[in-house]
Amino acid sequence: MAKKVKSSNKSKLSALVVDDDGVCRTVHCAFLRRHGFETSSVESGRQAVDLIRSGQKFDIIFMDIIMPEMNGVQATRALRAMGVKSMIVGIDCDLDYINEDFMQAGMDRVYEKPMTSEIAISVHQALLNNNIV
Amino acid sequence: MDRNQMQLKIACLRKSFFDEGFLDEQFIQLEDLQDDVNPNFVEEIVGSFYGDSVRLLRNLELSLEKRPFDFCKLENYMHLFKSSSSSIGAIKVKRECTRFQDYCKAGNAEGCISSYQQVKQEHAILRRKLETYFKLARQAA
Repeated sequence: MAKKVKSSNKSKLSALVVDDDGVCRTVHCAFLRRHGFETSSVESGRQAVDLIRSGQKFDIIFMDIIMPEMNGVQATRALRAMGVKSMIVGIDCDLDYINEDFMQAGMDRVYEKPMTSEIAISVHQALLNNNIV
Repeated sequence: MDRNQMQLKIACLRKSFFDEGFLDEQFIQLEDLQDDVNPNFVEEIVGSFYGDSVRLLRNLELSLEKRPFDFCKLENYMHLFKSSSSSIGAIKVKRECTRFQDYCKAGNAEGCISSYQQVKQEHAILRRKLETYFKLARQAA
């Protein structure tokens, strides 16, 4: 089940963090909340797909790439096949080792971990510029 | 030791983390996230890292006892460890994780065993340093 942080500011952008590591989920959510996002998090690609299939919508999905069972690329393909139009940002620490075409899978951007303020600010600005919200 | 001396000691200890290459800029980014709502965020996230890493290291040790090595499983365990290490700015630990992954990719069992010991050592050294740092910071607060 997604862990959601409620915000009293309804105009905030919504972000879903998908990562099988608890420290990463906490750190990513902290950066995103600091920079204007309301955050939810799940532990796997499968949980992300199930959550969105259940009707939850997010402005942006931060997708860890190397995960067991359903990796970030597979989850992204599944979400795009479902018609999900949210920005999907891949983020992992071993990008050089991953032999996948992230953009072809449907990711909009890919970053090397760790999550930083610069990344959070950049995607926030991109969302506003794209008039997605 | 008066308050000023304590503050100076804490500042010197913190500086040594960066000068000696234990932590990188990511740690400073985490410190910048601390505010009135989350005044102890860094200590809490470091605590989570060390709590989770006990389990990860145990999984790695159990896997390293099996023959033949499942290099794919070993690499995946270390990938998780590397992810969380990078998230707290533990650059030396992260570097040793990468070395271990390279040995996995090469199918080098001896290299995996020796680099795992390096990962454990760097992890333990950083833990001791951070525990001392946070203890002093709490005393000074």
